[in-house]
Amino acid sequence: MSTASGIVGYGTYVPRFRIKPEEIARIWGEEPERIRKGLGLEEKSVPDLDEDAATMAVEASKNALKMSQIDAEKIGAVYIGSESHPYAVKPTATIVAQALGATPEMTAADLEFACKAGTAAIQIGMGLVSSNMAEYVLAAGADTSQGRPGDALEYSAGAGAASFLIGRQKSQFVAELEGTYSFTTDTPDFWRRQHAHFPSHGGRFTGAPAYFRHVLGATQGLFEKYGYTASDFDYFVFHQPNGKFPLEAARKLGIDTKKVMAGLMTPKIGNTYSGASIIGLCSVLDVAKPGQKILLTSFGSGAGSDSFVINTTDLLPEARKRVVHNLAWYVNRKTYLDYGLYVKHRRKLKSL
Amino acid sequence: MAENIAITWRRIPERYMLEGSSCSTCNTKYFPLRKLCPKCRRKGKLERMRFSGEGEIYSFSQINSAPAGLELQAPYILAIIKLKEGPKLTAQIVEASEKDVKIGDKVDQVFRAIRTDEPEGLIHYGYKFRKI
Repeated sequence: MSTASGIVGYGTYVPRFRIKPEEIARIWGEEPERIRKGLGLEEKSVPDLDEDAATMAVEASKNALKMSQIDAEKIGAVYIGSESHPYAVKPTATIVAQALGATPEMTAADLEFACKAGTAAIQIGMGLVSSNMAEYVLAAGADTSQGRPGDALEYSAGAGAASFLIGRQKSQFVAELEGTYSFTTDTPDFWRRQHAHFPSHGGRFTGAPAYFRHVLGATQGLFEKYGYTASDFDYFVFHQPNGKFPLEAARKLGIDTKKVMAGLMTPKIGNTYSGASIIGLCSVLDVAKPGQKILLTSFGSGAGSDSFVINTTDLLPEARKRVVHNLAWYVNRKTYLDYGLYVKHRRKLKSL
Repeated sequence: MAENIAITWRRIPERYMLEGSSCSTCNTKYFPLRKLCPKCRRKGKLERMRFSGEGEIYSFSQINSAPAGLELQAPYILAIIKLKEGPKLTAQIVEASEKDVKIGDKVDQVFRAIRTDEPEGLIHYGYKFRKI
C-alpha cells in the first residue's frame, strides 16, 4: 500500500458477568472436563440485561478515543461489525457515533460477516484514510452472541467489543497497519436465518473446510504477498471460536504456540464473535514492545479471513498509560452467574 | 408504555453525551439543558456544555418493585449523582447491589439501554453510572 494507515488508539470492553462450563454442563448432563479440555474454555463472559453490541462498542470506542487524544468530531466514518446488532433495521453505528460526539459530519454503516465483521471494518478504515477520504475512521467489532441451549456453542458464545481509531499520520500511530490480505469463499459452516434467535452450524464441518482453510489460506497468502515467513513475527493472533482452534492453526503453520498465547482470550471470556480476534489483538498490543511485528488473522463463517501485518511503534507504551480500563481490567473484574441467572441475562426463556 | 419518539430524539444529546447548560455570566452549570439561568434571569447567557460523567453518589435507594419495563433488572440501585461540575441527576448504578454502594462513592458515566419498548418498539439508550 503506497499510503500509510495505522492504529492511533484502541480500546476494549468485556461485560462483568461470567459463567463456567461446569455450570452449563450440569444442566445438560455433559462431562465438564470434555468441554474444558476439548474446547479449551475456562469461562465465558455474559452481558448485563441493558447491554448490547451498541453499548459495548461505545465503551470500547471511548477507551480508544482516550488513548488517541483525538477529538471525536474529527472522525469521518464509523463502522460497527456485529452479528448481534440490536436492531434488524436501524444502524448501530449511528448510536455509537452519536454517543461519542462524532456526528453529524461523517458517514456510518453497520457490517455483518459472522465473526470477522470487525476486521472488515478495519480494512474499510484503512482504505478510507489512505485514500484521503477521511482523516480518522472508527472501526469496531462487538457481539453479544447466543448459543442454542444445550448446543456446543452455548459453552463458548461470549460478549465483548474492541474498537480502533484508524488514522493516516505516521507520527500518531501506536501501531502501523502495514498490509492486509483476505481469503473468501462461499462456505455454509454457520448461519442464522432472519428472525431466528439461535444460529445453526455444520458441527465438524466448521473445522477443516471452514476455519482452517480460510485462516491458513489468508495467513499464507499474506506471507506470500508481503514476502514474510512465520519467523518474522513476534506475535500471532488468530480468530478464536474456542481455545483449541487457534493453537491448531499455529501448529499447522509451524508457529511456536507461545507466540499465540498473548492474544488468546477466548478461554477466559468466550468467543466474542466480531470482537474475538481483535480483542486478541488488543491483548497483544497491551504487552508488546515498540518495533514488534504482529500477525492478525480473523475468520468469519460463511466464510472468509482477513490477515494483517501490524507493526508496533515507539508511541505504544505511553499511549497505553492513558487508558485505565484496559483489557486486563475488564477481564479481571467478574461476577459469576448460575445457569438460572444466565437464562435471565440472555432472555433464553420465551416469556422473557 | 412506549416513550414518544420525538421526546426520545430530543433528549439524545442529554442522554448520550450528558449535554447540559452553563451560564457564562455566573458560571453555574445545569443538567439537563436550560433555556434561562434562574440566578441571572435576563442577564444570564446559557451555553451548551458536555459534562465529564464523573461524580459521586449523593443518595441512593434499592428498587425492589420496579416500574413496567424494568422488572427483570430488579432489584437495582437508583441514585442521585452529584456531578463533578455541580449539578445532580438521578440514574441507575449498574453492576451493584445495596451492599456494594455507599454515599460518597465515586462513579463514572456508562452508556446503556435505559428502556426497551417491547416487543417491536425502540431501544432507548442513555446514561447510567458505575462505581469507579
